[in-house]
Amino acid sequence: MELLSHLSIGFGVAFTPINLLYCLIGCILGTLIGVLPGIGPVATIAMLLPATYALPPVSALIMLAGIYYGAQYGGSTTAILVNLPGESSSVVTCIDGYQMARKGRAGPALAAAGLGSFFAGCVGTLILAAFAPPLTELAFKFGPAEYFALMILGLIGAVVLASGSLLKAIAMIVLGLLLGLVGTDVNSGVARFSFDIPELTDGIGFVTIAMGVFGYGEIISNLAQPEHEREVFTAKVSGLFPTKEDFKNMTPAVLRGTFLGSALGILPGGGALLAAFAAYALEKKVSSKPGEVPFGQGNIRGVAAPESANNAGAQTSFIPLLTLGIPPNAVMALMVGAMTIHNIQPGPQVMTSNPELFWGLIASMWIGNAMLVILNLPLIGMWIKLLTVPYRYLFPAIVLFCAIGVYSTNNNTFDIWMVGIFGVIGYLFVKLGCEPAPLLLGFILGPMMEENLRRALLLSRGDWSVFVTRPLSAGLLGAALLLLVIVLLPSIKNKREEAFVEE
Amino acid sequence: MNIKSQKDFFSGLMFMGVGVAFAWGATTYNVGEGARMGPGYFPLMLGILMAVLGAAITFKALVVETVGGDKIGKWAWKPLSFIILANLVFGVLLAGLPSIGIPAMGMIVAIYALTFISSMAEEGWKVKNTFILATVLAVGSYLAFVVLLKLQFPVWPFFIG
Repeated sequence: MELLSHLSIGFGVAFTPINLLYCLIGCILGTLIGVLPGIGPVATIAMLLPATYALPPVSALIMLAGIYYGAQYGGSTTAILVNLPGESSSVVTCIDGYQMARKGRAGPALAAAGLGSFFAGCVGTLILAAFAPPLTELAFKFGPAEYFALMILGLIGAVVLASGSLLKAIAMIVLGLLLGLVGTDVNSGVARFSFDIPELTDGIGFVTIAMGVFGYGEIISNLAQPEHEREVFTAKVSGLFPTKEDFKNMTPAVLRGTFLGSALGILPGGGALLAAFAAYALEKKVSSKPGEVPFGQGNIRGVAAPESANNAGAQTSFIPLLTLGIPPNAVMALMVGAMTIHNIQPGPQVMTSNPELFWGLIASMWIGNAMLVILNLPLIGMWIKLLTVPYRYLFPAIVLFCAIGVYSTNNNTFDIWMVGIFGVIGYLFVKLGCEPAPLLLGFILGPMMEENLRRALLLSRGDWSVFVTRPLSAGLLGAALLLLVIVLLPSIKNKREEAFVEE
Repeated sequence: MNIKSQKDFFSGLMFMGVGVAFAWGATTYNVGEGARMGPGYFPLMLGILMAVLGAAITFKALVVETVGGDKIGKWAWKPLSFIILANLVFGVLLAGLPSIGIPAMGMIVAIYALTFISSMAEEGWKVKNTFILATVLAVGSYLAFVVLLKLQFPVWPFFIG
């Protein structure tokens, strides 16, 4: 079996005591830094990258894998405990994870995130080892038109993220897309909507919007309620570990998330990004059992599925990196940087010219993942203690970490003014009943959508029919339409019922 | 005509306003055509789409009945202003405002200011407790961000550092 021999090479290289130690250190450092709000995996890896220069290549990459997983899990921890997404994929985790924490179920939420990620990581590793070459063929079939259609599908899927009005959710996505366009246009070099402010020509930072809208907006609306009515966290924490019932609910969700994440991760350029959103959308459409907590109010499936999808996507996103040489996200781009520092040129040749390294890297991603579960499951109890801190002391600390976090991304006070502005906007959204999660997805996808639309129409010479004449693109758009109809149906039904009642 | 849902009515207006603003802003750039999109093409499309969506939301808010009128309710001016003020003061103290000649006071001073101002957002805050919290946060941030992560922050006021 080719698969087994590949993996055995990998584990042979990675599984030495000294490498495991590096992995452990990386994991601890990553978790500790990733837990700080506003510092996501990218910033964490960037900060700790120099620490790995002196190590031999395999050890360095293993340590980075540990840092990566640690930081990512640390980010999910903050998302669940204090509703602050440090990176795009934790936006989804916030929705149900934070609600679980408020109901005293932060423990099961954290465990679900960790276990789901671990399972997805294992599957992702196997897929990577078994199917890397054939899957690349699929990625080649994706042209700009297909990407555009995929993003439309993703955005329509994001509508499902909001539990309120459909129209408002779509409007929030469009607002996000528009905010994403602020800054220099890559094609013409024109600075758009920047009001001649030099900092805005780089665009608005993701962290700035996330911290302002989620962090400040939430704090202000919490404080607006009188203390006795405020229901931030229920005092009693019930159980650190998921119950049998939880396991029953989350297992299929983890499986679906893993499958979706693995499939989307293969697409170069942002497929893995959509994974968490798509998985959440899917879970919301899968019918709930009677008696299950509704989505948006702390459903464990809403935590387990996106976390698994995200992690599976992260694993399979190695496929475009290693076969096409395209880093699919910022974290992978940093990994490429680390590889080049160690004189390894990523690309299709790594697999043949440097098999120990290639499979060693894959094995080390798995080890990083496993280390994370071992390290973090016992820590859950400690994180939960954080929630027993009275809100009076917690909220100034969150405000502080938001401010420090945004400042540290660019060392520029301009970001602090921006986060203040988005804080006001965030509170406005709360008041107007507009949910912010779709906005963030739109914000991330805005520039990519424009780029692919532009390319697709450039290739077709301005002919819009290209989106329906290409089978893959037509299929994706058809799926988007279908999804929209499914989302619309219940509301039509409800209205009918209302009409009947009035009669 | 009565407003049936206050929240939807005003958010519709907001979307319309922002959509029109973006679309109008986009026309100041080269719009181009489908095959050769200028920088204004995509934002113009999106701006118009958002204005239409906003109009639809506003229209719906005037027609579709909601329970209790979906009132926006009172604005929480106090927490809003204190939290945002704390954020702004933190920025000014941390790095100063060279354009109007305010020198940097550094991270430690800024943390004390932020903690006190943001604590005032809530009724019944106590000077002693807030002082302890600020000290804990200042020491913790110093250890985490400056000692361990070696982030380039101005730590002390300009006349010491």
